[in-house]
Amino acid sequence: MSAEFLQFLFSGVTLGATYGLVGLGFSIIYNASHVINFAQGEFVMMGGMGTVFFLGLGLPMPVAILAAIALTTLFGFGLERFAIAPARGANVVTLIIITIGASIVMRGLAQVIWGKEFHAVPPFSGDDPITIGGATILPQSLWVLGITVLLVIALRFFFEKTIMGKAIIATSLNRDAAMLMGINVRFVLFISFGLSAALGAIAGILISPITLTNFEAGIMLGLKGFCAAILGGLGNGMGAVAGGLIVGIAEAMGAGYLISEYKDAIAFVLILLVLFFKPSGLFGKTGTERV
Amino acid sequence: MEKLKSPRTGGILVLCAIIAILPAFLSNAFQLEIAILIFFNAIVCIGLNLLIGYGGQISLGHGAFVGLGAYGSAILSMGQGWDPLLAMVIAATFTGALAFVIARPILKLKGHYLAMATLGMGIIISIVINTEDQFTGGPDGMYVDGLSFVTKQIHWYWLIGGLLVFSVWASLNLIHSPIGRALRAVHGSEVAAEVVGVDTTRFKVMIFVVSAVFASVVGSLGVYYSNFVTPNIAGFFHSIELVVMVVFGGMASTFGAVVGAAILTTLPQFLTFLHDYEHLVFGLILMLTMIYLPKGLVPTIAAFFKKGNKS
Repeated sequence: MSAEFLQFLFSGVTLGATYGLVGLGFSIIYNASHVINFAQGEFVMMGGMGTVFFLGLGLPMPVAILAAIALTTLFGFGLERFAIAPARGANVVTLIIITIGASIVMRGLAQVIWGKEFHAVPPFSGDDPITIGGATILPQSLWVLGITVLLVIALRFFFEKTIMGKAIIATSLNRDAAMLMGINVRFVLFISFGLSAALGAIAGILISPITLTNFEAGIMLGLKGFCAAILGGLGNGMGAVAGGLIVGIAEAMGAGYLISEYKDAIAFVLILLVLFFKPSGLFGKTGTERV
Repeated sequence: MEKLKSPRTGGILVLCAIIAILPAFLSNAFQLEIAILIFFNAIVCIGLNLLIGYGGQISLGHGAFVGLGAYGSAILSMGQGWDPLLAMVIAATFTGALAFVIARPILKLKGHYLAMATLGMGIIISIVINTEDQFTGGPDGMYVDGLSFVTKQIHWYWLIGGLLVFSVWASLNLIHSPIGRALRAVHGSEVAAEVVGVDTTRFKVMIFVVSAVFASVVGSLGVYYSNFVTPNIAGFFHSIELVVMVVFGGMASTFGAVVGAAILTTLPQFLTFLHDYEHLVFGLILMLTMIYLPKGLVPTIAAFFKKGNKS
């Protein structure tokens, strides 16, 4: 393996892990509510900007990070309680527009509080690159990968072993049946939005030291996370993570070897090609329509 | 008299009356400009509403079709020196052909997958426009000459206003034709529509192409009017804005699309005094409207009056 290839692979996997976490957030909300949450990218932005804000208040790094995650999670809860829950029964396009409205509100808020300029979150453990096989990797990339792996394992445990996780899965499979079994579906929705917001915030905090962040940083990250979720098959959490890695690697390789001007287009070309041949994503169930 | 009450004739007459008397109330060029912008947006929304409101499909990439019309016209008329109207027709033909080619694979997709595919298509087109700066001028945009025979702003007002009335008329007729009924059947249940012999794919493709051509023509006229075009016109936000206008005004309502375009084109102008808080307030208004009037303005108001009449 050439050093160059390895270099592209490292940067692709790092970005891909972030897309995967964002995609996972899309999947969790989709499963619970069948809503595509277009404010997911703004959760990512909130995570990064929130950390910058709390660091600025003089809080130590770990506390600032936790505070930023907590703040974003509150936004997730708020979005469900004050926007999605009151609109229950509205059609899907209307719900999508509500989340788009929420994303405009969150961007507007961030712009008012933090201005338009870019902010940097300091790397967690220095920025001396580590050399592996002739390629270099930033310590922050290792943080991104390590925490993503931990989160994926933790989420699997959550969904398979805990009552709350099983309740979320049951609700996504059949809402009415879940309700009849005594599951508090409203609470499941509430928790899903919070969980998803927290995941987004973590993704934002992890990647901000590498990419910087500003009030609009969530837009592209959100859209590519959406790509990851669709690529993996909407609602398939592990599929979303795999989808994220595929998008990230394709992007890094495409930009490195082919055309760097079109870096941002690669994810979307990939998703169109996949959808043309597999209309429900790579790992999605082929649905049959009930008449 | 009965005929006047029907939305088809009565509604069009009301629209004509509003367009006819509006200039008397507009005191300056800026207000006239906003009115013209509303007409432009309304025409795109009428086309998009056919697809979303009646066909039950979604497109998060219609800004790209407006962009293709705009840049097609700009490049052909400025770069190649073609007649602007010919450039507009060729751009619309090209956009329609492109929509036709991608419609089949894209419209096979359902729900959120369709949303993703149209969004992806839009973003790719907008990135191409941004990147190929030897043709498009890149992010800085490009200057375009106007039409030689429409120079005064008020003439533009009448031209685009007339086009809006025509679009409303065409849209209402299409909806009440067999094609419209077939589309509504597709919206209701695609499987059921197929069972009774509706070629659902053909109708979906047709309406996709029609709405793309609406968008392209507006894009072309828009650059001739403003003499300038930037890639934002093809961007994700413009696409989202158009969908929001359709849903805000009320899906499956031609006049809803017009009202949605009117309100959401004017609203930001009223909010500029808020400066930095503009987007925040705009987002809140959007959210509150969709939460409390999920069917959109016009259908909600119409339902209110119907109820009132009965009691």
